[in-house]
Amino acid sequence: MRLKCPLCGERDRREFHYYGAEDYLHRPEVDAEPAAWDNYLHLRDNPAGMTRDLWYHEAGCAQWLLVTRNTVTHEISAVELVAERAK
Amino acid sequence: MRYSGLKVITEGLFGNKGWKPAWRDPAPKAEYDAIIIGGGGHGLATAFYLAKNHGLTNVAVLEKGYIGSGNIGRNTTIVRANYFLPGNSEFYSHSLKLWEGLEAELNYNVMHSQRGLINLFHSDGQRDAFARRGNAMINQGDDAILLDREGVREHLPYLDFEQTRFPIYGGLLHPRGGSARHDAVAWGYARGADRRGVDLIQNCEVTGIDIENGVVKGVQTSRGAIRAKKVAIIVAGRSSQVAAMAGMRLPIESHVLQAFVTEGLKPVINHVVSFGMGHFYISQSDKGGLVFGGDLDFYASYASRGNLPMVEHVMEAGMTLMPMIGRAKVLRSWGGIMDMSPDGSPIIDKTHVEGLFIDCGWNYGGFKAVPASGWCMAHLMATGESHEVARKFRLNRFATGHLLDEEGTGSQHNLH
Ligand SMILES: Cc1cc2nc3c(=O)[nH]c(=O)nc-3n(C[C@H](O)[C@H](O)[C@H](O)COP(=O)(O)OP(=O)(O)OC[C@H]3O[C@@H](n4cnc5c(N)ncnc54)[C@H](O)[C@@H]3O)c2cc1C
Ligand SMILES: [Zn+2]
Repeated sequence: MRLKCPLCGERDRREFHYYGAEDYLHRPEVDAEPAAWDNYLHLRDNPAGMTRDLWYHEAGCAQWLLVTRNTVTHEISAVELVAERAK
Repeated sequence: MRYSGLKVITEGLFGNKGWKPAWRDPAPKAEYDAIIIGGGGHGLATAFYLAKNHGLTNVAVLEKGYIGSGNIGRNTTIVRANYFLPGNSEFYSHSLKLWEGLEAELNYNVMHSQRGLINLFHSDGQRDAFARRGNAMINQGDDAILLDREGVREHLPYLDFEQTRFPIYGGLLHPRGGSARHDAVAWGYARGADRRGVDLIQNCEVTGIDIENGVVKGVQTSRGAIRAKKVAIIVAGRSSQVAAMAGMRLPIESHVLQAFVTEGLKPVINHVVSFGMGHFYISQSDKGGLVFGGDLDFYASYASRGNLPMVEHVMEAGMTLMPMIGRAKVLRSWGGIMDMSPDGSPIIDKTHVEGLFIDCGWNYGGFKAVPASGWCMAHLMATGESHEVARKFRLNRFATGHLLDEEGTGSQHNLH
């Protein structure tokens, strides 16, 4: 499997560290209800099909990437920089 | 038909013509007292104990593929009771005791072999942690022996003790740990449940769960609607999809775990050996193949096959630990979809829907749990109360902060 980093180009899967689902981008406020934290930390849609999750280009540009991919076929359809997205 | 040595001999003499299918192939009825979604190890064991322990025999197991097509037929068959946390410890201890009586109970040879499990350690800190774990196991009533380096050498002379990266300091020996034949466990429970009247319905995919005013009424399947007052979701890697049919969002992420087997060799590895620093574990099957594996591929996946970087990693770790296996030819590799929970521990609980139960979150340790999971799930479904050894496996423990993080790696699904 290869990921196309927007900065470094197409690179081997081994250069990347996987974190988890896109949910990790939606961190609740510190004083949010416990349910919000449960949602953020534990509960997942866990789709069999298209998903969006976070990868870190550890052995490359050290950027966090938001990857759109298929969990059944491992096909990757988009890779965006989290930093760009947050703007 | 009861199996026995005499039966094997007489069948052998008369051309093996007298064997019958081990279970029936019934059409689904319109209604059952209880429906189990998923014919893996946990679903079949639940059906068996519902019938055996609670006299509930008007039960159907609905399996979308065939019996044994899921993780129950894909795992590396390690059976152990070496858990540490209260909540896990008593549960796996109970399971190991059930394993020890399983063949007599099922009248089926599951090839349970208590050949001893050795977890290696490679630093002073790890030795302390393993000593502590061993004490917890002994306190639970199970067995553990802390081996120093020479002690390990006596059991496993073929390891590379001189490696510089992870020198072997010793190991924790769990003599009652070992392995079993995975398919036979599925078949033994299937046959046992069928003989007590449970309908095993294969090629029957559940596509919907019928709920009225918060009470479960039955399921929709590829073979029509089936009514039931009690429904259990026991579908391992597919838990999120089936639970979503009841409007639930689970604390589960599905990940692929790979395993490997070599050509058959003469007996060479007598134990189950794990090498935590390199993420590698191995045993030898009774057929002679070396069965081994490592870590998850680490990213969420529903593909029942893995990716090459983990293949390479597992092979490297194996060669680091026991260079002698380098010439063995790998025959096959495969993957299974693991229902990973955020604390690495399972869920056996009711849901917010009356009559709807769930058993999931087995991570990659659900094979050894099959007997106790079936036992406790059947108890919960029949009595409405959690069994005492499964009382901490609650669905809401994540929301309330009562996590059971055995490895202490934190709330991340792929780290357990
Ligand atoms: C490579 C590998 C190695 C492993 N090694 C070990 C080990 O050494 N020791 C250990 O203890 N554990 C191990 N495990 C984990 C263990 O195999 C699993 O935790 C356990 O088998 C899961 O429970 P199960 O048997 O019920 O799952 P499964 O056999 O996967 O059963 C679930 C069933 O549900 C069915 N299903 C899904 N959706 C539907 C639907 N909509 N309708 C009807 N049916 C449906 C599936 O077809 C499947 O048959 C390993 C797993 C793998 C993949
Ligand atoms: Zn990059």
